[in-house]
Order: sequence, then C-alpha cells, then structure tokens
Amino acid sequence: MTFEPVIGLEIHAQLQTRTKIFCGCRTSFGAPPNSQVCPVCLGLPGALPVLNRRAVDYAIKAALALGCEVQPLSIFARKNYFYPDLPKGYQISQYERPLALGGGLDITVSGRATRVGLTRIHMEEDAGKSLHDGFPDSDRRTYIDYNRSGVPLIEIVSEPDMRSAAEAAEFFARLRDILVWLGVNDGNMEEGSLRCDANVSVRPAGQERFGTKVEVKNVNSFRYLYMALEYEIDRQIDVLKSGGRVVQETRLWDSAAGRTLTMRSKEEAHDYRYFPEPDLPPLVVDEARIATVRETMPELRGARRQRFILDYGLPEYDADVLTDWVELANYFEKVADASGNPKAASNWVMGEVLRALKEHNALIDEITLTWDRLAGLIALIDKGTISNSIAKDVFAKMYDSGRSADDIVAAEGLAQIGDEGALLAIVRDVIAKHADAAAQFRAGKNQTFGFLVGQVMKGSGGKANPTLANQLLKRELEHT
Amino acid sequence: MTLLDGTARTIRDEIAAGRVSATDVCRVFLDRIGAVNPALNAFNLVDADRALGRAHDIDRRRRSGDPLGPLAGVPIAVKDNMNVRGLRTTASSRILERFVPPYDATIVTRLEEAGAVIVGKTNCDEFAMGSSSESSAFGPVRNPWALDRIPGGSSGGSAAAVAARCVPVALGSDTGGSIRQPAAFCGVVGLKPTYGRVSRYGLLAFASSLDQIGPFARNVADAALVLSALAGADPRDATTADERVPDFTASLTGDVKGVRIGVPRAFVTEGVDDDVRHAFDRALDALRDAGATLVDVDLPHAKYAIPVYYLIATAEASSNLARYDGVKYGYRSPAAKDEGLKAMYSRTRDEGFGPEVKRRIMLGTYVLSAGYYDAFYLKAQQVRTLLRRDYDQAFKRVDVVAMPTSPTPPFTLGEKTGDPLQMYLADVFTVSANLAGLPGISLPCGFSQDGLPIGFQLMGRMFDEAMLLRVGDAYERVTEWSTKAPSSI
Repeated sequence: MTFEPVIGLEIHAQLQTRTKIFCGCRTSFGAPPNSQVCPVCLGLPGALPVLNRRAVDYAIKAALALGCEVQPLSIFARKNYFYPDLPKGYQISQYERPLALGGGLDITVSGRATRVGLTRIHMEEDAGKSLHDGFPDSDRRTYIDYNRSGVPLIEIVSEPDMRSAAEAAEFFARLRDILVWLGVNDGNMEEGSLRCDANVSVRPAGQERFGTKVEVKNVNSFRYLYMALEYEIDRQIDVLKSGGRVVQETRLWDSAAGRTLTMRSKEEAHDYRYFPEPDLPPLVVDEARIATVRETMPELRGARRQRFILDYGLPEYDADVLTDWVELANYFEKVADASGNPKAASNWVMGEVLRALKEHNALIDEITLTWDRLAGLIALIDKGTISNSIAKDVFAKMYDSGRSADDIVAAEGLAQIGDEGALLAIVRDVIAKHADAAAQFRAGKNQTFGFLVGQVMKGSGGKANPTLANQLLKRELEHT
Repeated sequence: MTLLDGTARTIRDEIAAGRVSATDVCRVFLDRIGAVNPALNAFNLVDADRALGRAHDIDRRRRSGDPLGPLAGVPIAVKDNMNVRGLRTTASSRILERFVPPYDATIVTRLEEAGAVIVGKTNCDEFAMGSSSESSAFGPVRNPWALDRIPGGSSGGSAAAVAARCVPVALGSDTGGSIRQPAAFCGVVGLKPTYGRVSRYGLLAFASSLDQIGPFARNVADAALVLSALAGADPRDATTADERVPDFTASLTGDVKGVRIGVPRAFVTEGVDDDVRHAFDRALDALRDAGATLVDVDLPHAKYAIPVYYLIATAEASSNLARYDGVKYGYRSPAAKDEGLKAMYSRTRDEGFGPEVKRRIMLGTYVLSAGYYDAFYLKAQQVRTLLRRDYDQAFKRVDVVAMPTSPTPPFTLGEKTGDPLQMYLADVFTVSANLAGLPGISLPCGFSQDGLPIGFQLMGRMFDEAMLLRVGDAYERVTEWSTKAPSSI
C-alpha cells in the first residue's frame, strides 16, 4: 500500500516595526538582555496594551500580497498559559476573529504546480526568551530576557494542501521571499524572526479522510523543515505499516539527532481558555486604510520579473538576479529608464554594482553611486565618449569618490580619441614600429591584425575609439 | 468649622487665599490619620514625608505666584490597587506585599498635576474582590459609624477614610459596586464614572471590562471637582473614550425641575431591608418635592445581573491575576526552591493569594474552560447585552434611574464571610451599572434605626455624569445627610 502525506504549515513572522506591538519599546535584535522593556511588555501590575498602528499596516500588507481577505473587524483575544517568559500569563493574540482570511500561494515542485491555500493570518505578540545556557549557574537557574516580549508577529496558517516535504519547503521559501520582498519581515531564521511549525499526517493513497495529525515544532530552516517532514512521514508510515496507530501529539525536531521526539501528547495539550481581550477595542480596518496600504505595496516579485523580461527584453537569468530583492530591482529599473539601455543597465547592476556592494559590505540605498550617476556612466559609453574598459575604471573611481562620470572623465582626460588625425599618427607609428607584423598581415596572416590593434590601443593609453582604430589600421595596412 | 470638616473646595480656596498653608493642612490630616487609623485600619500605607514634600511645593508655588491647580493642597488618599511610583502597591494581598511600582498610574499623574497631595494608600478587599473589605491580607477595615460593622467594599478603606475625616476626598475603584456600596455604608458620596471616562492605566486589573476609578467625597461638589481632574482620554488606555469632558462643577445648578427619575419598582422589592426601603422612598419624595418627576421603569433582565457579573468578572480576573506567578516581582514561595517550576507556581499562588481571590480565580478558570465557555462566558455576555438594552430603553423615557445602593445597612464583621453567596448578593443593585458601562453615584440618604448610614444610587446615561451630579447636588441642598459625621470616632 502506498501512503500520501498531508501537510499544513503555521508560520510566525516578526513584523519589522521599529517599536513593539503594544508599547513604545524598541525591537532591535541583540540588545543587552532586558534593556528594551517597560511596564507594558514586562506585564507589570496595572499596565495596559495600546496597539501599534504600523504593525497593523504591515500585517495588512502581508495579507494583501498573499491574496487574503482583510476583515473589516477583527478581535484580539487572550491565550492563557503559564510560562516564565510570558510575563502576563497570557499572550495577546487573535482567535475567533483574525485579521485576514483566505488567500494562497502557487508553488511548483518537480514540474507539478499546486496552489496552497491559506486559512488565516492573525496578529499577536511574541514572548520573551528563556536562557537555559551560558551562565555560570545555568545548571541551577534559568534567566529570562524580555526584550522580545511584545515584538509584533503575524501567524500565517496554511490549509493542509501540501503533499510532500519538498512542497512544504518550497511553500515556506516562497512565503519568506514575499514577506522579505514586502519589507514586512527580515527573513532571518537564525535570529528567529521567521519560524515554522508543521502539521503532518499520512493516509493510504486514495483515501479522502485525513490521518491523525502530528504537530512538529522547531523547524526553523528550509532544510530542517524538509528533513523533519521526511523523517516524520517515514515514521508515521512505519507505524501504520506495522499495524499501529499514529498518536495525536506535538513533537519536537531534534536537528542534532536528525529525528522528531515526543513533546506532549493530546491529553497534555493546553486549554488556552481564549476570550476576547477586554483591554483592546475591536480592530476596525476600513476600505480607505486598505487602499492606503495597497498604495505603499511594492510590485510583487513575480510580476516584476515578468515585466523586466517583457518590457526591458532582459533574459530570464537577468530578471531573476535583478528581482532578488526589492531595492535592487528599484535601482536597476531607474538606471534602465534613465539610460534608455536596459541591457547595459542590467550588465552593470549585475556585475560591477553587486560586486562593489559585496566587496564593501554596503547597502544599495546607502552608496553614493546613485542610479542617476550610473545612468550617466552608461550614457558616456553609448555616446562613444569612453570605452567599456575605461568605464570600469571610471566606475571604481565614482564608487570611491561619489563624483559623476562626466567629472572624472573630464578631469582625468579619459575621453576616447575619436579624432582621425590624432589616431592616424598613432596608427602609422605602430605600422612603422612593427613592420614585420604589418608585412605578415599583408601576406595574408590575419591573426596579426589583433596584435596591431592592441598596439594602437596601448599607444593611445587605452583611449582610442576601437571602431575608428580598426578602420584606420585596416586602411593604412591595405593602402601602403 | 475646623480644617478637618473642610471640603476639598474650601481647603483649596483657603490655601489659595493664603489663610492656611498646604503644609499645615497636610499636618492636620496626617495627625488625624495617626489618631484614628489604629481603630479603623483604613490605610495600608501613609507616607508623611512624601505628602509634606508635595505640600511644601504647593506653598512655594503660591508664594512665588505660580498658578495653582484646582486641587492645590488638597490631601487625598488612593486605594491600594493604584500605582504611585516609589510607594508600595499591595492590592491588600500577601503576593504583592513588597511590590514597589516603577511608574505612576495616569490618575496619579493627573491628581498631582491638579495639585492634590497624596497622603497614602487605602486598605481594601484583596485585589478589590469583596463587598466588605474583610478579605484584605492586612486585616479588615472598620466602619467609622460603628466599629463592629464593615465599611463595605471593596474600597472600604477610602470610604472609611473620608467618613472619618482622614482626608476630604479619596479614590476608589468600582468593578461591581466597590465605590458606591462602601460610600453608602460610610455615609459619603461615591461616584463610579462611565466605563472609559477615567483611565485605568496603573490600576491593578480585577475585571478589565468592568473596572473604573472614581472619587469618594463628603459632598457632590467635591466629587465633581475630583472627577474633572481625573476624566478624559488617555493614550495609554485604549478603552478610554474620546469623549468631551464637561466642567462638572458647572452642572451643579441645584435645579431638578422636569428631571425624570426612573424607579424600577419591581426590581427593588425583594430582600430589601425595611429601613433601606424607607430611606429610599423618602429620598424619592424629596426629589419629587424639588421638582423632579418619578417614572416607573422596567428592567426585566436586572435580576440576572448577579450571575452574569460573577461569570464575567471571575473569567477576566482569572486571566488578569495570572501574572502574579512569583517569576518577576512580588511574593515567591521559599519552600519551592528546588521543586521545579510547577511547584514554584502553585506554592507561590497558594501562599500568596487569600481564599476569596482563589475562589474567584478557580471560578473564572472554570468559566473559560473548553466545553464550558459557550454555556457560561458567552451566555453571560449575551445577557449583558440584553441588560444594556433594558437601560437603553429606560433612558429613552427618563434621565436617571434610582434604586437603593445596597439592600441592607452595613453588616457586622464576619457576618457573611462564611457564605460567599450572601456576600455576592450584597451587590445586587450595583453590578448592573458596571455591566452596562453606565455611570452611577451613591448619595447618603439617612440612617437605620441602629444609626447606620444608608445610601441610594442614581444611574445615568453613558457619559452623562453631569446629570447625576446635578441631581445629587440638588438632593443635597434639600436634605442634610451629607453634613452628618460619625461621633464614635
């Protein structure tokens, strides 16, 4: 008998707001423990939450990008459980009335295209972090850092629409791309800004009814998600094949051991005693607000990639690279439009710009070689003022100095020699100096032409207009 | 008239006129507290140095001609479930016995901006859960009119302090009657504002959708004065309303001609003590004589208010009190040192909370549990909506609704502690204002044959405290109950 896995994912994404969801504390990662806290996110007696509007806008943005239906009214709810890193003894989340419903994402794995539906997106606050290791007395004590307490999250819940570990990993990856592209999440899974839990069951192929599901926690990379699901699918199939029954439970992925382990059974599952949060009024999102958020949304990656191919005539490879992140795509597009030469723009951005950013570990929005300057450089090449090879030197100088290409070319006398008289003198000089090579060319040995061109370029300090140099050289060799 | 008998308004005016210093006023009241508090146990904490320091500031401001606030130099006590930075907030609980908040409640900031001088924190039922101020971990509060009687609760310390002239005004919190009922039992005025009128930021939550802070005073004009200082939207409390705050003192015209007073006769029959009924009827007579019209109104769902209240309030409380777990602040059981996390939680909470608080946490936990939520919590919310509609209907025909504040005069210490249900029934006339979010005021309206204070209550439309104050003030002008002082202390 063959078995079919059924997988659904729950993804928690931190929203990249400057401040927390219910107070004004900063959200920066890596600050000294408990340095970004206040009465609200510490759950001090008497403190009350106030909703961060920016966080709501980010959540709406994610919901719109994923095709969800943003709800005109959603309600915050308390999820009650005791844990030391949960300072109030409850997490403010959304339950019966989430921010957004529906939506989905198209994925393709091994040629099979699937649509993975979304159940919902809701907003909630993150908890603090328990520090079990790294202190001299860690064998006896746990320390708690509440900096993360109150960081805004969205939880994205998918439908059980995935049928393999590879599909799940692909869905997670595509989702991450979108969230990062939108600027809603930083995509950093090591720092925990993006986290994933998986629900997985198996059923005999052809059976309608779902099998008993197991929740696998702590699968915070595409690879771990894939490995954990492969392991868990095999485990469940083995259980069924040996006549056993899968137990409904929560399991933890142990990446070191490469296996999943029982965390808690269904009987031990929490009763979270959800009820509407009385400290927060219902969240009302009207059409005008949705429209405003929509206006700030960048064109989604797929659409932009397609447009780069169709409108700018770029090869698929270029379009892929240039739409890797939204700022890069913006930069490219401005250069392409200003220079009127999309292919050159693509070559420069993919080549020199990316190389320089990497070498200087810089952000594209911070460099002084702005899009209009790069367009200026391309214009000089297109006008024949400088050659491509000179242009590379000019680029380096522009990057370091922040000056324009025009300035550098003028100040350093880098303009090509396009004047026939000046170039002719150099050509004649080269033919005179290399009479042997000239004779060989005339005798029919065409390869020596390249050598002679090289000598002309060298003699001009690299500034000779290559087309003109070719023409003159050919003429002189043939007519003398 | 001595300073002790002065009202907030007269004390403020005397200080502003330079006839007495804020420091002297503060000393006089601190001395009074020192003299009577041992018998009353109304205060959990008195910080004389802090109070005198603030009073000095007021005097300095006056001397240098700086503007003085509307409560400049007026001593005030706040219930010990509101945070004053640097002073312990215990909520009269063992679990917070040594908790010192690092921030001020919004109402504390507003009071001090108005020039009020906070003298101390008043005793109350533990976490404001109770109707007698007997559930305090620091011993019961006693009624200044009869020391063997309870002062009402949960804000019993604030009510007793005002009645005993320890302070001219005080703050309480009212979740199901915790301002109005002790006001009635101590013969003072107590006002619960509309839900959302006064910020709850810095008030230790009992039931978040019901809690509201309000003043105790010896007359309506002082209650209006303090409410004016407290009221208004607060960016730190998302449940405060963006509602215009009128000048409440300007509403005290003394005129009730044409005001329609609704009386839910059917509701106020059962279980009401004869003395209370008698005093209530006389209060209505006085208002009618002053020109008001009495109208019968029907509140068909009011009889469900007690069960609805105890379902919703305990549900919210069970969640609100989860943070007292021994992890971050407050009491942590020393016995649980090496027994692991769960033992630390359960021992801490077992040793830190008193029996009434535990009872309500367990009730509320049950109410919200899977399988019971719909039958209890959800049903209670539905009935709450029906109750709100009852009042909406009534307020189409009347301007205020009147009823006794409590069905009985103050009972004796220990009389109801063994029977929680009897204790809960003491709230029968007060809880519906909280469930509906409406403002309510309790006014002194006489004494029982044993000489115990009796109060009656007026409820108004949402955000129409001005009407309550206007009717209350007019009533005060034609009666003299508010001038009576307890002689036993």
